[in-house]
Amino acid sequence: MIYLIEKFKKEYLGRSIVTVLGIVIILVTLSITGFLFYKGLGTFVTYNHSVWEFLFSSEWKPADNFDGGGKVGAAIFIVGSLLISFLALLIATPFSIASAVFMTEISPKLGKKLLQPAIGIFVGIPSVVYGWVGLTVLVPAIAHVFNLPYGFSVLAGGIVLALMIFPTITSVSVDAIENVDNGYKEASYALGTTRWQYIYKVMLPSATSGILTGVILGLARAFGEALAVAMVIGKMLTFPDNILSATNNMTAEIASDMGNSAQGGEFNDALWSMALLLLIISFIFILIMRIIAKKGEEVK
Amino acid sequence: MKKIFALFMAVVLVGITMTACSTNTKSSTSSTTSEVTGSLTAAGSSALAPLVQVAADNFQQLNPKASVNVSAGGSGTGLTQVANKSIDIGNSDVTAESKLTADQAATLKDHQICAIGVAAVVNSDVTVTNLSKQQLSDIFTGKITNWNQVGGADEAITLISRPESSGTRALFKQYALDNAIESSNTALSSDDSGTLETNIASTKGSIGYLAFSYLVGKYDVKKMSIDGVAPTLENVYNGSYPVWGTEHMYTNGEATGVTKAFLDYMGTDTFQTQMENLGYNVISKMTTAAGKH
Amino acid sequence: MKSEHKNAIVADKIATVILYCIAGFFLLLLAGFTAYIIVKGIMAYQPGIFSFERTGIGVELFNTVYLVLISLIISVPIGVGAGIYMAEYAKAGKVTNYLRICIETLSSLPSIVIGLFGYLVFIYMTGSKYNLFAGALAVSILSLPLLTTVTEDAIRAVPSIYKEGSLAVGATHWQTIVQICLPVAMPRIITGIILAAGRGFGEAAALLYTAGMSSNVNPNIWNPFDPMSLLCPFRPGDTLALHIWALKTESMTPNADQIADFSAAVLLVLIFAFSLGSRILGARLDRKMSGK
Repeated sequence: MIYLIEKFKKEYLGRSIVTVLGIVIILVTLSITGFLFYKGLGTFVTYNHSVWEFLFSSEWKPADNFDGGGKVGAAIFIVGSLLISFLALLIATPFSIASAVFMTEISPKLGKKLLQPAIGIFVGIPSVVYGWVGLTVLVPAIAHVFNLPYGFSVLAGGIVLALMIFPTITSVSVDAIENVDNGYKEASYALGTTRWQYIYKVMLPSATSGILTGVILGLARAFGEALAVAMVIGKMLTFPDNILSATNNMTAEIASDMGNSAQGGEFNDALWSMALLLLIISFIFILIMRIIAKKGEEVK
Repeated sequence: MKKIFALFMAVVLVGITMTACSTNTKSSTSSTTSEVTGSLTAAGSSALAPLVQVAADNFQQLNPKASVNVSAGGSGTGLTQVANKSIDIGNSDVTAESKLTADQAATLKDHQICAIGVAAVVNSDVTVTNLSKQQLSDIFTGKITNWNQVGGADEAITLISRPESSGTRALFKQYALDNAIESSNTALSSDDSGTLETNIASTKGSIGYLAFSYLVGKYDVKKMSIDGVAPTLENVYNGSYPVWGTEHMYTNGEATGVTKAFLDYMGTDTFQTQMENLGYNVISKMTTAAGKH
Repeated sequence: MKSEHKNAIVADKIATVILYCIAGFFLLLLAGFTAYIIVKGIMAYQPGIFSFERTGIGVELFNTVYLVLISLIISVPIGVGAGIYMAEYAKAGKVTNYLRICIETLSSLPSIVIGLFGYLVFIYMTGSKYNLFAGALAVSILSLPLLTTVTEDAIRAVPSIYKEGSLAVGATHWQTIVQICLPVAMPRIITGIILAAGRGFGEAAALLYTAGMSSNVNPNIWNPFDPMSLLCPFRPGDTLALHIWALKTESMTPNADQIADFSAAVLLVLIFAFSLGSRILGARLDRKMSGK
């Protein structure tokens, strides 16, 4: 009996608490996903639009009432979201990893004391501040440099987003790199490798999964960010010709019209469908990244 | 063990606070005496929110025991939430009938206190000061693309619009463009009036539209006359300026207690003067020539 | 052989220079951005801005700290606990793998969606009015995926030798987690907490539909049960980020831009203090736990 009580205190109590917490988070996840499916399917079930129309048509004119009969082609928004998120990832990832390497291997003192706490600030700055600085500094700068009538563009959106996801990727990567077994480093140096060879051939490969978590969290944030992007991409309902033209994306559209349209109407339902699609797209991408990472580990 | 106890205590404490606070919020009004107590929440239209906030500040000075919380969130949100009874007053730029189901709309009572005018605004480098309605709709439908086609300098026109669901956009479309279908694939769009103003001010040759209330005391954008009529409160009152709409403040059922007192306050003469200073039209001063919008 | 070695050294030098350049560029960008916000803020300073009146930002400042604290009290135990569960107890398998991805995906939802979900669950279903506590819950939903993922990752990364050693001397699985894994994983978990708190500091849209956009408080009431008291978590309240958003987008107050600029600078300082503070606290905790 005493043994059981002891065992309870030492193992089962803690175990049950974290199991309950684990279940809580799973329930939260499932209920939000379920909620999104419930809301997002309305476009197709209640208002009889085809999934094909939603995904591949670019005619967007949903009716803001319960009668329906509008057009819900969201292709422009989908293309806009993908383009801007990947541009942001393309810009932010190399910078983030390089900064993380710098902070851990090249100059840990400067990195630990100054850079790491400083990066924390960037996460907490409200999107609207990023958006506003983008709107008043970046957009005119792009217009000036490329000699355009206005600077609202995919490029501006990508840069602002890159700045916003940079801290997430960097902080998580720094931790991942610091976790690499010190023995590896000593062994490498003992074999006579240079620092760069060690970083490139040993350290980065062993930190891959941690860095990837950072990139995934960054990508997720990029997909979901609305306010800041909305301020700098111009929100023009057209496919972008190049990265200097204005377009629109899913989050910006959701953020601007969700509050104004009546809940349950066709317009509102179409926006929920967009939120659902956003969730599905980001699920697919994270899945792909995880599979690639696993393959990479197996090869190693 | 200590930690678990502390955690338990924390939970209990939060529980007590929750019940205590919520019972307190429900303690509503004493309607017989002159002192108004209790709290109310108004949410919805972002064009109306600043005005309601000013009214709330004044109202609370007069009635220190009353608490008025004002929020934006959009007309659709205001209507849905007041129908849900989550808030006490739902502010909207459009009628409840146009957005909600007939059943939902039937439960709501409309209080019309003010109207809001919408003006076409341009970047300060544009030399044109007057446009006809026809020219205006040609510009917004993309038929006219250069200012020299309407008597201005040779400069490309940049359209800056508001989101599809915006109340300001709906008013402008109905009364300034006579429901012409705007060209959305050549128009930039700004989510809110503040951003739109900044964008017009910083983009050469641009044109957009703003509610009068955002134009009080601002000189970084230029107002445009329509058919020779300047966008002023007087011209809205006498019916010569057509682009305006009634703002709606909905309550679920008849307004009672603090909500009624607050709506009554918004209708007083002192507040109406203030309302005009802030760029809103007073509904009761509308002449018959202006008609109903 | 020799030239190969020489090449490696040259590559090392070049890489170092490039990394210095990237870090330098980033540092400059960071410094520039921070300076831009701080300088604009200082220029916008006006006396009485910290007051608890409508014109000041005292209440918003308090609300921000309060809301972030409440949301951390909710989300940190859940997030860290769930992370431990996912890393140590959840059975490996397809279902768990998909769940993990689901949790990661959750953080890609735009915050307005979480805001409306929060409105439905915490306001509409409970029949309450806008309140700070509901706002804190909504922010918790936003930051939970991040906390869980980071904790799980950190615990998984603890070298297995540590765990095996602990189990070998007779500690239970749970004891091993608490005494060995958590302390080793602590710095990374702290990073997660800082990132999660950042979501709370900077969030606007999720709060618009849950915590409301205005605060009516009487700073002289100290009874936390009174809805007019600062301390009551069940009253509507706006945070600095939401205040900035409102001032920048829909405000008609003539000096709205100045107040917004100043608020942004204050928020920046607040977050920096928080980030620095939790790192120091984390280091202290680390020393205490590892018995150094």
